Amino acid sequence: MRVPGLELEIDRLPTPLPIWHARVDADAWQVAARAVAAARGRLVALWGTDRGWRVSGGLAVCAAYALDDGLVWLDLPLDADAPAYPDLSPQFPCAVRMQRAAADLLGIVAIGARDSRPWLDHGAWPADRFPLHEQGADDATASRNPVVDYPFVRVAGDGVHEIPVGPVHAGVIEPGHFRFSVVGEKVLRLEERLGYTHKGIEHRFTQFAPLEAHRLAGRVSGDTTVAYAWAYCMALEAASQVEIPARARWLRALLLERERVANHLGDLGALGNDAALTFGMAQFSRLREGWLRLAKEVFGHRLMMDCIVPGGAAVDVDSTAAEGLRSQCAATLREARELRSIYDEHAGLQDRFVGTGRVGPELAAQLGLTGLAGRASGQTADLRVDHPWPPYDTLAVGAAAHRAGDVAARVAVRFFELFESLRLIGAILAAMPAGERRTDVRLPEGASFGAGWVEGWRGEVFVALELDGAAQGHRIRRCHCHDPSWQNWPVLEHAVIGNIVPDFPLINKSFNLSYSGHDL
Amino acid sequence: MWKIVRQIGRTGIRSEAPPDCDDLQRVEAERIQRELLAILGRALTIREVDAGSCNGCELEINALDNPYYNLEGLGIRFVASPRHADLLLVTGPVSRNMELALMRTYEATPAPKLVVAVGDCGSGCGIFATSYATCGGVASVLPVDVVVPGCPPAPLDILRGILTAVRRCRTVAVTKAP
Repeated sequence: MRVPGLELEIDRLPTPLPIWHARVDADAWQVAARAVAAARGRLVALWGTDRGWRVSGGLAVCAAYALDDGLVWLDLPLDADAPAYPDLSPQFPCAVRMQRAAADLLGIVAIGARDSRPWLDHGAWPADRFPLHEQGADDATASRNPVVDYPFVRVAGDGVHEIPVGPVHAGVIEPGHFRFSVVGEKVLRLEERLGYTHKGIEHRFTQFAPLEAHRLAGRVSGDTTVAYAWAYCMALEAASQVEIPARARWLRALLLERERVANHLGDLGALGNDAALTFGMAQFSRLREGWLRLAKEVFGHRLMMDCIVPGGAAVDVDSTAAEGLRSQCAATLREARELRSIYDEHAGLQDRFVGTGRVGPELAAQLGLTGLAGRASGQTADLRVDHPWPPYDTLAVGAAAHRAGDVAARVAVRFFELFESLRLIGAILAAMPAGERRTDVRLPEGASFGAGWVEGWRGEVFVALELDGAAQGHRIRRCHCHDPSWQNWPVLEHAVIGNIVPDFPLINKSFNLSYSGHDL
Repeated sequence: MWKIVRQIGRTGIRSEAPPDCDDLQRVEAERIQRELLAILGRALTIREVDAGSCNGCELEINALDNPYYNLEGLGIRFVASPRHADLLLVTGPVSRNMELALMRTYEATPAPKLVVAVGDCGSGCGIFATSYATCGGVASVLPVDVVVPGCPPAPLDILRGILTAVRRCRTVAVTKAP
């Protein structure tokens, strides 16, 4: 792995996907940003860390870039007195909110960043205490001065008015605030304000034993519990240099693909519903319920929480269970095909889907649109295809590729991936090797780094883990979980421009982003 | 259109005679419906508030709307505004960033202002605990009538929690009557 234009001492982490870690200085930080942008790489995540008094290093800012060869995690130590680093937003617009979040949680700032408004900080903790500092905020320091005058960008002009929506929404969904500036029905601008579900997950990680924290990772975003648990365990296993049994990898892939199917079924129904085809909702939610019930029966949990554990999997499938899973795939495939042809031929539905909430490939590339929504806008990245780690290396995953970037394209990608995952589940069940499903994880003696990178149903989930060694009691020093929603929320603001207000729920649903995974 | 009709015909009415649905659960759902009608004699309206959950509870609350549970068939409906609601269904460890919005929602809800806290987090025993960013269970912010533990609780448990709150409200109203 080389970052173009940089000579770096770079460590390959022992992860199933190609991931490297390197220390850089401020100059190299900037050179790397420009080089990655020029090579059309992606900024996967940006976060800060406080290594405190235990390790010489103290505050640092980290960036994870995806290049053709894999992922590189750059680590820039910062000056304790003036913790600042060069702004990445000129190259990667999606860095803006991640930088604002890092400023809220650690007081580290991006030099020259144009937007320095607080993001996750709504006034719940004192301005001079930073939650992720070694001596950070605790409940005793919690303040109760909610910020109620957040400075939204105002749109001026004849007939422009604002529609504030949220944080409590009309449907059964997560909380967030949307500020629409509209003329008549037409949306001129949407500005999001998120952070309402911030529950201090990253701080909470430091209170967990490394071998227990997969449960917390599995609750970063409930709909993506399998992907997060896998990414966390991958990071822990890398940090501990543990090789998991072959069967465990296959079981994990089985769970991940089942999670993808369950979510796509739910979304396809909800998208029909938001376009007034309640028939679609009834049909797909029925299929989803069947899917969850079988998960309960086979894996002991409807959403498959806590099924992936450090060292392997907590669940297994015997031949009876495998037969049940297989026949459910066949039935789901049959029904979903029928439903797709109904969706495709339904003029009213297509009228709402086609051309709505369009994000063209160029804009998508510029803003870093990722995951499922990216694949509907010409961004082909899919870790299962680009870096097929076992067992995906033998499964030849088909990649969805649409370019229209509208609601219809995001629906089409969901159908494609639904059918592909149903095929994958069959292939996994057919080829799953026998053997142990779990091995012991021995935590490392010294401090160590690990990373996990998994293609969840919404997009790439990334976990960066730093462990303390035995001398400090094997604590989690830092665990950063990154949800693809960070990249995609700002793109939603663009997708809705020029559309009518009543189409917003439909456009929003077509992205179906996580609030909890973003707010942490 | 004929395809839709054919699909509906082929699917049948799952909420009454689901071939692959647990019989016990079906009986339970019917009992709940009878009790609800007996107690309220009208529809129950619910405003759901996510006060910081991981969205797992929302997935299961949404599942109540699928044909198996047939929530609307039981006379229970989710409404868009707290001003139209009899009951608040609250999830999450109540993040401090949602505390104000939750209290305002409660204030906007007319009597009887029933509150059901859903999930381990809402019940006060969740994985996120109390921290600089969370207040703890819903009861640390609002008076709670019923808690439904589980991570997340199954749809039928949530339904049972809702009914328990309604029944308790009825008992209190009867005792208070002169």
